This record gives sequence, C-alpha cells and structure tokens, in this order.
Amino acid sequence: MPSTLNIFLATILTHNIALTYILGMCPIIGVSKNISTAVGMGVSVVFVITVTSLINWPIYHLILVPTGSEVLALLVFILTIAASVQLLEMLLEKFLPTLYMAFGIFLPLITVNCTVLAVSLFMVLREYNLTQTAVFSLGSSLGWLLAILLVSGIREKLNLVGDVPRGLQGAGIVMIILGTLALGFMGFSGMVDL
Amino acid sequence: MTKFIYRLIYTKPFALLKDGLWKNNPIITTVLGICSALAVTNKVENGIAMGLAVTFVVMASSAITAAIRNLIPQRIRMVTYMLIISTFVISVDLFMKGYVPDISRALGPYVALIITNCIVMGRAEAFASKSSVKFSILDAMSHGLGYTFVLLAISSIREFLAFGTIMNINIAGNSWTNWVVMSSAPGGFFVLAPIVWAVRSLQQDVDVEIEQHLPAPIKPATTIAATKPGASL
Repeated sequence: MPSTLNIFLATILTHNIALTYILGMCPIIGVSKNISTAVGMGVSVVFVITVTSLINWPIYHLILVPTGSEVLALLVFILTIAASVQLLEMLLEKFLPTLYMAFGIFLPLITVNCTVLAVSLFMVLREYNLTQTAVFSLGSSLGWLLAILLVSGIREKLNLVGDVPRGLQGAGIVMIILGTLALGFMGFSGMVDL
Repeated sequence: MTKFIYRLIYTKPFALLKDGLWKNNPIITTVLGICSALAVTNKVENGIAMGLAVTFVVMASSAITAAIRNLIPQRIRMVTYMLIISTFVISVDLFMKGYVPDISRALGPYVALIITNCIVMGRAEAFASKSSVKFSILDAMSHGLGYTFVLLAISSIREFLAFGTIMNINIAGNSWTNWVVMSSAPGGFFVLAPIVWAVRSLQQDVDVEIEQHLPAPIKPATTIAATKPGASL
C-alpha cells in the first residue's frame, strides 16, 4: 500500500487526472478562456470532489458491500453527486451569498464533469481506505485545478499574439496545448509510484 | 433520378443523419465527450467497442426519454435522465464483463464514465425531450455513429503509429519503429487536433461556398422605386 504522501504527489504530478487519464476535458475546453473563470471552476471542482468522495466511501463500504449490491455502485454514486451538488448550491445561496455569486454558475456544470465520478470509481477500484480516499480525492482535484490553470494561462498569452488559424481556434488549439502539457508531465513519470 | 435524390435529401431522417455524422458531429464540431474519445483510442478494437457502447446507450436512453417525455416533471428532469442513462450503462458494463472480458479490462472505468459523457445527456435534453420516439432513435443513432466514426479514425492512426498494427494485424513490416508516445495521453491530443482543424476548415469552406452560390436576393420593387437616385452613393 502506498503512503499518503506518495498518493498525493502521484495524483498531482505523475498520474494527473486531466493530463494522464484525460478526464474532465469538456470544462477544460469550455471554460478556460481566462484565468479568473478557470480558478472559479477549478476551486468548485476541488471542493465537490473532496466532499462527494468522502460521502461515497461510507456509502459503498457500509451499505453496498454488506448487502452485496456493488452492481448498483454507479447509480448510487451519480445520485449522491447530483444530490450533494444541489445541496451545496442551496447552502451557498442561503449562507454565503458572495461566494455563491462567484462560484454558483459552475456548480450545475460539475454534475456532468467526469472527474467527479471517476475519482469515486478509482477509489473503489484501488481499494483505498478512508484516509487514502481523502488524500487521493484532494490530490486529484488539485491536479485538475493545476491543469486548467496552466491551459488558461497559455490561452491568455496566445490571445495576445492572436495568430491562430481559423479552423484551429477554440477546441483545436486547446488540444494542442493539452498535448504539449501532457508530454511535459510525462517527464515526471518514475518520480513516485501509485 | 436527380429528382429522387432531391426528394431523399430533403427529408427529416436524412437531415437528422447528416446533422449527427457531419454538421454537428459530437466530437469535432460540438466537442462533447472527448474524454473517452482520447483515453481509450490507443487500439482500434477498444475504439470500436467504446463507440458501439456509447451508440447503444444513447439510442436506448433517448428512446426511453422520448417515450416518457410528457411524464417527467420539469424540475427533476436531469436526475431522471441520469437514472435512465445509468441503468443502460450498468447493463453495457455487465455485458462487456461477461462476453468480452479483455476489452472490458482495457477500457477499465471508462465504460462506467459513459454516464457523464455529455453526448448522451445532450441528446436527451436537446432532442429526445421534445421529439417522438422514432425520430429520437434516429437522431441518437446518427450522433452515436458520428462518435464511433471519429473514434475509428483516431484509433487507427494511433494504433498504426504506436504499434505498427491495425486490429492487431501487423501491416508496417518488421523494420517499423514503434512511436510509443502515440499510445499514451499526448498522442491522443496530437492526433485529434489536426482532425478537428481539417474538418472545421472544410465545414467553413462549405458554408462560404453555399453563401456564394445562393441566388442574389431580389429586392422588392417598392424599395427600389422608393430609393432616391444617388442616395445609395
């Protein structure tokens, strides 16, 4: 079993969820036009992933495994995610309206962000305990935040140059940026193991 | 004969097919669901399996959504779609585990992640929630096949460059040097980007051409008579 520090470093650098597993691409392409929206999206994702995986772990190990209904895991996970995102949105709106004004628009989008479900699934596949799950989910989401920040920073600088061919604008150039970043992150491989 | 072709082209089914396969291709034009398109396409067999799985899920969930579209309350429609979709995803996952265990192992959690594939949700929300069952199935099929066809293109390029094979048949000969990066994450990005570039440029050219060949708009006689001579200069 890998130590918690290993998991944390590996999920950010060597096994980055966006650049190695290619997850959560829709928001990276959709909301990476400038750094401020990218930060908003990224921070909301960090929060939602950490909360939902900490809810999903007890549900899976205390309810689904004893009753022998692991098949339903997918259905239960996605419902938990949808419900907790909804709850989070209502709580924020009620108690922290300023934060809601800043991050509220990103929350409904997160339900269909594949990173959230993927972290819960990886947690089951790799048989993590509760502490490891907490570290793993925090690390993965921070890694995703790092990826979207890098992409949006590069995109802002590219817009200053403004010489992208018409057919390549938007999705095309983001894929090339992501490919270059993924190539760079491959240099970390071998540093820590999962 | 041309009359027959024209009658075929201007029907709704043909328009739906063209929409999914070319005009609004889920991966290239609307850029939906590219996570799975990039992550599993290092082998052609994985690409085909993933494409067919998505096609099945999107067709089945669109059909059910369209059939019960008048019974779904507006406020909880998203959760309802998710339940319908995840039911079919679980059945596909179990089917693959039972009948094609090798491919299932290669795809890993990406089969389960079809639930959050935006194509499935997008079709349920944008088309099936307001259309009849017949057209919803057709629309879902065209988008699913559009997705499969792009996956096939990406995966054949990647498998050839990375292993020198296609469908595990060696076609590059023994002197071929494997380009290993193509089988990992960066390869996917670098293969899809030129495809997106090419198709988008082609689509723009087609749009421009259609605009140029349209008959000049004929001004109504009244406006011509009303304009004073010299005013347009």
